[in-house]
Amino acid sequence: MIRDAAENFLADVSDSAAVRKAMASERGYDESVWQRIASELGWCGIAVPEEHGGLGLGAVEIALVQEQIGRRLLCAPFFSTVCLAANILKEVGSNAAQKQYLSSLAEGGLRATLPLPSDVAGWSAAAANVVATRESGHWRIQGVVDRVPDAANAELLLIFANTSEGLGLFAVPADSNGMQILTAEPWDTTRRFSRVIMDLMLPADARVDEPIRSAGFARSLALARLYVAAEQLGAAQQCLDLTVAYTATRKQFGRVVGSFQAVKHRCAEMMVKIEALRSAVYGAAAQAAGDASIDVLATECMMARALAGDALFYCAGEAIQLHGGVGFTWEYDPQLYFKRAQASSHWLGDSDALREQIAETLFSSAVHA
Amino acid sequence: MNLQSTAADETFRKEVATWMQKHLVGKYTSLKYRGGPGDEEADPAMRKEWERELAAGQWTCVGWPADAGGRGLSIEQQVIFHEEYARAGGPGRMGHIGEGLLGPALIKFGSEAQKKEFLPGIVAGTTFWAQGYSEPGAGSDLANVQTKCWQEADGSWRVSGQKIWTSLAHESEWIFVLARCEPGSKGNKGLAFLLMPLNQPGIEIRGIRQLGGGCEFNEVFFDSATAQANHIVGAPGDGWKVAMGLLEAERGVSTLGQQMHFTHELDLVIAAARATGKDKNPQVRQRIANAWCGLRVMRYNALRMLSGDSTTLQREAIIGKYYWSNWHRDLGKLAVDVLGPLADVPSDDPAIRPLQQLFFFSRADTIYAGTNEIQLNLIAERGLGMPREPRPAA
Ligand SMILES: Cc1cc2nc3c(=O)[nH]c(=O)nc-3n(C[C@H](O)[C@H](O)[C@H](O)COP(=O)(O)OP(=O)(O)OC[C@H]3O[C@@H](n4cnc5c(N)ncnc54)[C@H](O)[C@@H]3O)c2cc1C
Repeated sequence: MIRDAAENFLADVSDSAAVRKAMASERGYDESVWQRIASELGWCGIAVPEEHGGLGLGAVEIALVQEQIGRRLLCAPFFSTVCLAANILKEVGSNAAQKQYLSSLAEGGLRATLPLPSDVAGWSAAAANVVATRESGHWRIQGVVDRVPDAANAELLLIFANTSEGLGLFAVPADSNGMQILTAEPWDTTRRFSRVIMDLMLPADARVDEPIRSAGFARSLALARLYVAAEQLGAAQQCLDLTVAYTATRKQFGRVVGSFQAVKHRCAEMMVKIEALRSAVYGAAAQAAGDASIDVLATECMMARALAGDALFYCAGEAIQLHGGVGFTWEYDPQLYFKRAQASSHWLGDSDALREQIAETLFSSAVHA
Repeated sequence: MNLQSTAADETFRKEVATWMQKHLVGKYTSLKYRGGPGDEEADPAMRKEWERELAAGQWTCVGWPADAGGRGLSIEQQVIFHEEYARAGGPGRMGHIGEGLLGPALIKFGSEAQKKEFLPGIVAGTTFWAQGYSEPGAGSDLANVQTKCWQEADGSWRVSGQKIWTSLAHESEWIFVLARCEPGSKGNKGLAFLLMPLNQPGIEIRGIRQLGGGCEFNEVFFDSATAQANHIVGAPGDGWKVAMGLLEAERGVSTLGQQMHFTHELDLVIAAARATGKDKNPQVRQRIANAWCGLRVMRYNALRMLSGDSTTLQREAIIGKYYWSNWHRDLGKLAVDVLGPLADVPSDDPAIRPLQQLFFFSRADTIYAGTNEIQLNLIAERGLGMPREPRPAA
């Protein structure tokens, strides 16, 4: 149900023309669409517990929505607010922080984000150059963090920092004194990243993670990988759909090019990779919704993310090739997916690094294949 | 997708595991992990005895309905059975062609008399069957079979022609044969589906040596060989329908349980990598991680199939054969790369022999039951609705 609703809504508000308009706009997304997502559809609260005003659903439902979002390359702060910020607050947030932020996140009234490092180590890599020290009842945050998605539009940034007791998570209002947000326009303008430079003072309650929930860091990292993978799955599916549709009408040698076996087989290969990925994504999502241990969940989500990065790049490349000359144009859509494919290939680790982690698990543990 | 199994399923899993533990012992111990594609020459006589041991425990034909002599298990429990069978190292099934292919076809298309005559022998593990479809001129294009059959005045059938690649014909009592009953007919029209004893004057079986050295398949020559009048399944002319119904079974449930065996093979590869020091090699680590990902994909593919409604061919089912066969073939290459020179000499070492067998036999996985290219045609046409391949007019 949620899947069909997402599919229909996004086909309507995030078609190619709408995406291109959003990409060219200053903010990078259409505020009215975001408002409808937040208020009409309630997607922002899907996985937020009911006590905080959410729907109390979980990873499976977010994955379903993310798949459709990826398919349409929706430009909106959904990924940063829901898949990153709300996700991590739910997993590691203190009771007070959850109370303070989750309900406005669930309503979509607060746009929030956090860093999305390319290092497979995940959150700790985002803290590498950020230090938090206590100074007379306050927190002083100093340092630089790269690759914060949607930061230019966010009202709240969640910043990872090294404290004397290890990794901490801090809520930093975007308008804080002593913060600089530098945004460069990337090739994939459907999602923009910023570098954030900080030397600022925060009140004592700005630290939002609850030390006894620190295992939640690993879980939120796994879920974030899963949500990226679901988005990549949707994008790969769209590459295939575009290609099947185009080759069904384009004629050469007196027949549609989709009737050539060389073309059919390449589309079939795309479908094989996509359906395999779909199994992986929803299998991992089912693990997240079930009672899998964190070690199992982490590995499953790394698998989904590794397969997704490769499948999307493969499908985007094939889409360009099988469109011929028009596939190389700005006007046709394969280029959008190709750029997203490359940009997203390293979010939370590239496929090679993720596989190395999986290999490490296979070789180091007594766990069976 | 549902990952939780019911308490009843878990009880059943224990029942299978316990039975295997109690029975795969003594003279059967040497059969553990033996037999199956690429290793069919491993003690066939003892493996036939094992079939009867299984039958005594009512562990043959577990998916058949009870009135056909089966155990009438749900699909979930069939999968559990196959998993536990493989986990225990259960030997490759000598009876799989009768149990997995002919039986289901008879249950669906056979007469009452045919069911009565043939199903019990399959259930009891006493009658073994071979599949006589492919011919020198009819492989992927199976509808092009040219083996002829005609009816005599007494109603019995005579068959002349040649079948090829017939697995285990030399170990079987019976064969089912797709033959042309309407002279001059073309394609999938005018075919008949006949049941024939192999031990008769008009039939000659000659082994064909495979690339791995064994002779698991054969040429079968028919020279006015006989099938009884009541041994045609369906009407003359309906042969294609029966033959296709049976191929659906070939691509169905039976592959769901194979993952446990694949897991065992990947475990062997990981152990070999540790033994040869290749576990330090970054490329090998990438390939092993990739293989593990593929295993998970197959597992979730199967769970998707189980949780969906099984009346329509679903997308994950359409890609299934292509996915597992290519995964398996890649694992075969990975296995011998990990072994290095150890793979080059035929070995009896239980850490090496199965991997050599895997390497060689997995080359056939992408050929039988629909080659890779035929699978891709099917995926494009049925899965994506792309234009059909040109076919000669029937
Ligand atoms: C180990 C093993 C066991 C077997 N056991 C049995 C058995 O018990 N009983 C039985 O009846 N058969 C059996 N077979 C036969 C098997 O079904 C055939 O080998 C298979 O159908 C392919 O037919 P072929 O060998 O004639 O190859 P061909 O059909 O001649 O194919 C040759 C090549 O051409 C390609 N090709 C063919 N048609 C097309 C097309 N339309 N588009 C693109 N490419 C195409 C194929 O993919 C292949 O790469 C067995 C085969 C093997 C390898």
